[in-house]
Amino acid sequence: MSTANSRIDRRFAALKAEGRAGLVAFITAGDPDHDTCLDLLKGLPGAGADLIELGMPFTDPMADGPAIQASTLRALATGARMTRTLDLVKAFREGDADTPIILMGYYNPVYAYGVDRFLADAKTAGVDGLIVVDLPPEEDGELCLPAQAAGVNFIRLATPTTDKARLPAVLANTSGFIYYVSIAGITGAGSATSDAIAAAVAHLRTGTDLPVAVGFGITTPDGAAAVARVADAAVVGSAIVRRLEANLDTEGKAKPGLLPDVLGFVAELAAGVRGARK
Amino acid sequence: MSLNTYRAGPDEHGHFGIYGGRFVAETLMPLILDLEKAYTAAKDDPAFKAEMGYYLNQYVGRPSKLYFAERLTNELGGAKIYLKREELNHTGAHKINNCIGQILLAKRMGKTRIIAETGAGQHGVATATVCALFGLPCTIYMGEVDIARQQPNVFRMKLLGAEVKPVTSGSRTLKDAMNEALRDWVTNVGDTFYIIGTTAGPHPYPALVRDFQSIIGHEVREQMVAMEGRLPDTLVACIGGGSNALGLFHPFLDDAEVAMVAVEAAGHGIETGAHAASLTGGRPGVLHGNRTYLLQDGDGQILEGHSISAGLDYPGIGPEHSWLHDVGRVTYVSATDKEALDAFQRLSKVEGIIPALESSHALAEVIRRAPTLPKDHLMVVNLSGRGDKDIFTVARELGVSL
Repeated sequence: MSTANSRIDRRFAALKAEGRAGLVAFITAGDPDHDTCLDLLKGLPGAGADLIELGMPFTDPMADGPAIQASTLRALATGARMTRTLDLVKAFREGDADTPIILMGYYNPVYAYGVDRFLADAKTAGVDGLIVVDLPPEEDGELCLPAQAAGVNFIRLATPTTDKARLPAVLANTSGFIYYVSIAGITGAGSATSDAIAAAVAHLRTGTDLPVAVGFGITTPDGAAAVARVADAAVVGSAIVRRLEANLDTEGKAKPGLLPDVLGFVAELAAGVRGARK
Repeated sequence: MSLNTYRAGPDEHGHFGIYGGRFVAETLMPLILDLEKAYTAAKDDPAFKAEMGYYLNQYVGRPSKLYFAERLTNELGGAKIYLKREELNHTGAHKINNCIGQILLAKRMGKTRIIAETGAGQHGVATATVCALFGLPCTIYMGEVDIARQQPNVFRMKLLGAEVKPVTSGSRTLKDAMNEALRDWVTNVGDTFYIIGTTAGPHPYPALVRDFQSIIGHEVREQMVAMEGRLPDTLVACIGGGSNALGLFHPFLDDAEVAMVAVEAAGHGIETGAHAASLTGGRPGVLHGNRTYLLQDGDGQILEGHSISAGLDYPGIGPEHSWLHDVGRVTYVSATDKEALDAFQRLSKVEGIIPALESSHALAEVIRRAPTLPKDHLMVVNLSGRGDKDIFTVARELGVSL
């Protein structure tokens, strides 16, 4: 099996044909609970998300800021686990054959599940790609190469510390797209200037023809639009998760109105992205 | 598996068998590659060795004594027990050995800011100490729970000029302090050096910390040969992340006649689930940059450890220990909170030495093992820290209000 002409490739090709960048929306699987999360997931494409990143909950999210840490713990507290995450994808796929889903998280829950079994089950469920924060190119044998062989894209992170010498290593064995982490830091903290992002994207394009998505620190429709002018997609995570959190009661349960409010915010972000190059 | 040597690891990718590695975010990869390069160069540089030697001798007070514990030996009636007096080091524990090495490395690399995580506070104090010594600003991450049970060390760190940042996420102990230190590092990549306190984390840390701590075992080898004319028969050390144990064991790994026993924290008892014994009660996983034995549930979620000793209260263990466990070179056992408390009091009364609760776990194993051995059996226990910091915890356990 190969990853050629994957759902991710097709989506980026369609975006290119439309002459616009895409919006990648992140939510955590099972946050704030399984059923609410599934409704949210199903609503994202209609709100304008072109690709979806679904966080695999982990107790120790070392690269994440407070918003996503809290989100992952909420999910775990309401029974999230890997099998349930895959159930969400399966249920989503029944109604949507086109929107790519990328699972994002840390290696240990995948390792505990078993790499081969995980890839088989993820593929069956309709997962298109993986972003695993703590698997740099030095550990490609763990999951990256088996994933590509199983027909699942493995999307690598490039960062401000990825210099010229290191870029080829980061680009090798990656597929689907490149995720440029625009700040040295954790999710949801600070943001890079448009100029810095433009320069970094140009630098990445010297080494690859893959689409470049930019994330970390994008919180508003304007911020998403600025990224959409220079990159192939803008990724928004913490801001969406914080919007969700604002719709929880004191016990962490979803308040009525959560769904339209969060999806409304995603629609604003999407409008920013879609209008960026006009 | 038959091996010519147990001391060759890690390989170039930082692996000890299947353990170790570099499981970090891409942002940190260039930093740990730089660190590896700097350490490889420093290791063989006579000037670096000389500088380290100077501070270890003049500032830390090395070599630490190997003391024959005659009264304890007589009471137990078996093996001849020697205490490696790491608690006599400046700052009261073995942690300073590693901190001297790492701060000299940080200086060599031109770093201007230091961060560290701490559990019991011993590594935090040692880090704050070397930062004061070299005039570098330092931020120490410490879980809120640990801050509450290690007040004297928190105050000590502040006196030394460190900023102590309470960590309120997760279980609010050592593992969360390490998460938070990694978050700081990933944010301040340009100027910051992360002094990891144990033989864990991404390569090259496990090897680097082991090398800096190996002075313990090298000294024991010389001291024992001078005192008894031969190598010891058994080495005993407590183990959380595993730096004091590996520091003692590593120089002896290829001496087949030397047995080694590492003692994990069994907390309320392995069967209760409230323990910090990663090897006895965990299975391999990936956390904090390395593959190693971890306390985790079936879904790969990390479980909270428990030990009366904050320094052992970590759900993982250094990767080289995981490998030594699997190949069978070192025997891993455990001691409960209660056994450690008993040993704590016993050494205090019999030898006039108040041991750290961490080291008391090793002493608990000595108390179990020594009586079964002949009188000419030479047993060395690493007295990795002193117990002054623990008197409040112990008093509370004994129902005494101070």
